[in-house]
Amino acid sequence: MPNLPPRRNAAWLIPVLLGLALSAGLAALLVGPARLSAAALWAGATGRGDPVVAAILWQLRLPRALLGLLVGAMLGLGGAAMQGYLRNPLADPGVLGVSGAAALGAVIAIYWQLARVHPVVLPLLAIAGALLSLVPLVWLSRRGESPLGLILAGVAVATLAGAGISLALNLAPNPFAALEITTWLLGSLEDRTFADVWIALPCVAVGVALLLWDARALDALSLGEDAAHTLGIDLARVRLRLMLGIAIGVGGVVAVAGSIGFVGLIVPHLVRPLTDRSPSAILIPSALAGAALLTLADLGTRLIPTTAPLKLGVLTAFLGVPVFVHHLLKERRLW
Amino acid sequence: MVTIATEGLSVDLGGRRVVDGVTTALAAGALIGVIGPNGAGKSTLARGLLGLVPPAAGRVTIDGADVAGMGAHTVARHVAYLPQAVAVHWPLTVERLVGLGRLPHLGPFSRLTSSDRTAIAAALQATGTAHLAARTATDLSGGERARVMLARALATGAPALIADEPLASLDPGHQIDVMALLRAQARAGALVVVVLHDLGIAARCCDRVLLMADGRLVGDGTPAAVLTDAALAGVYGIKAWRGTVAGQPLLVPLARLSC
Repeated sequence: MPNLPPRRNAAWLIPVLLGLALSAGLAALLVGPARLSAAALWAGATGRGDPVVAAILWQLRLPRALLGLLVGAMLGLGGAAMQGYLRNPLADPGVLGVSGAAALGAVIAIYWQLARVHPVVLPLLAIAGALLSLVPLVWLSRRGESPLGLILAGVAVATLAGAGISLALNLAPNPFAALEITTWLLGSLEDRTFADVWIALPCVAVGVALLLWDARALDALSLGEDAAHTLGIDLARVRLRLMLGIAIGVGGVVAVAGSIGFVGLIVPHLVRPLTDRSPSAILIPSALAGAALLTLADLGTRLIPTTAPLKLGVLTAFLGVPVFVHHLLKERRLW
Repeated sequence: MVTIATEGLSVDLGGRRVVDGVTTALAAGALIGVIGPNGAGKSTLARGLLGLVPPAAGRVTIDGADVAGMGAHTVARHVAYLPQAVAVHWPLTVERLVGLGRLPHLGPFSRLTSSDRTAIAAALQATGTAHLAARTATDLSGGERARVMLARALATGAPALIADEPLASLDPGHQIDVMALLRAQARAGALVVVVLHDLGIAARCCDRVLLMADGRLVGDGTPAAVLTDAALAGVYGIKAWRGTVAGQPLLVPLARLSC
């Protein structure tokens, strides 16, 4: 009998990524346009210091740090789950048009000023947009469509959503509405409040729970749908949970942060070589690494001196693409 | 001991009837071969037995219970399935891949137990792939991958196994090994159904063969009773040479009949 060592993830992986995400969150509390010392912040935090410092810490930096972690975790996990389910290393909520469709839902809410009716209208429309965009993708993947077919369908969905957004800009009732839409589309965590955290948190919690539930099913799917079914996986339920998890999680995240590309695509690729490369093994590491990466990128938008503050979506794309291309070349054979 | 039975099973794919009114009862203890020309409906019959394709007419029962009403999880504990030429979508290690066979026994978040590990190791051993355990499944040769996939199906430990062309891409030595392994499984009380193309191997190794043509079951019995000259001419359009070596029946396809 051969001796079989347990070859799962290295024991250090999750603690290290968790530590990284927490330090990134802490750093996000310490850094900002108002140069405050750690001592002043600590005094503010414990209620003994300057009330302005306390306000900056609690009402500006804390929600922003929390949102960075939440948004990053959701995008990283969403990418990992979609890559696993579609058995496609190019899958990601951004590439396949899910983020775009969620953004379109949100833009509709802004355009018709529905967002002012009630704060949940915008996230609900974003979730609805994300859900709609998943229907053609899942339908194609059920027919055993090739990876290329899926990507093409995703590009079509993304293009359609982009056209809808352009239409909204085109017909915008006034330049301020157009500016509001554009600024929001660039993707940012600036000036977010706890109201945004309370929108994102339940969406991310539900999304994460639904996506982690099917880790085993994603592993079984690496052998194809027939084999997964004969391993006892109820594919219809997996599909439903996955679609809802992605739509609610990504929809909620897009609703508060705009479209932030590439995190979902890159993070699983960065994490995969550190695991046994099975789809289930990269889920939690992708969420943690996504949280750390996005929070650090948001930190970057505050640290890099520019005349106008950098937008987070712009920075993630600029940072992400070179890393992604590098990995694509290095890991080509090891998807 | 498991029995799988079909009653007038018909399956339509893309508007075409691929399996047409098949009625048979498959019992444990014998190695059962499914043979027939390309497109005769062998693979679809195998998938139909597992409830992977819905019947257009008739039904499939496992131990008397209709497969259509059983959950995927229940079927998985009764029948293991080795699909034809499966691609591996992620570069998993062989050991991890074979471990997927234990999924029907695991809860959503539980880990592999020592009995799971024993089953995995035994399956690797039985298929002669233990030395590949640490290799990456996507880097294996076609024949190595086929045996690893068989190990994955065996690791399930289900009382029944349906294998769709497990011999494709195997060299003659490994073909003999795999047939001996399947036969031993059947002798040990498993229900083993294997889709085959090699008539010689079917004649030599199977206890019973099902001959399919155009979706219908046209022969069911011992290889000697089913693989007659008339059946080979009618179904395959070939003639064959027969003989016996060391008590084993031989059947070698020789020529196409007038076409």
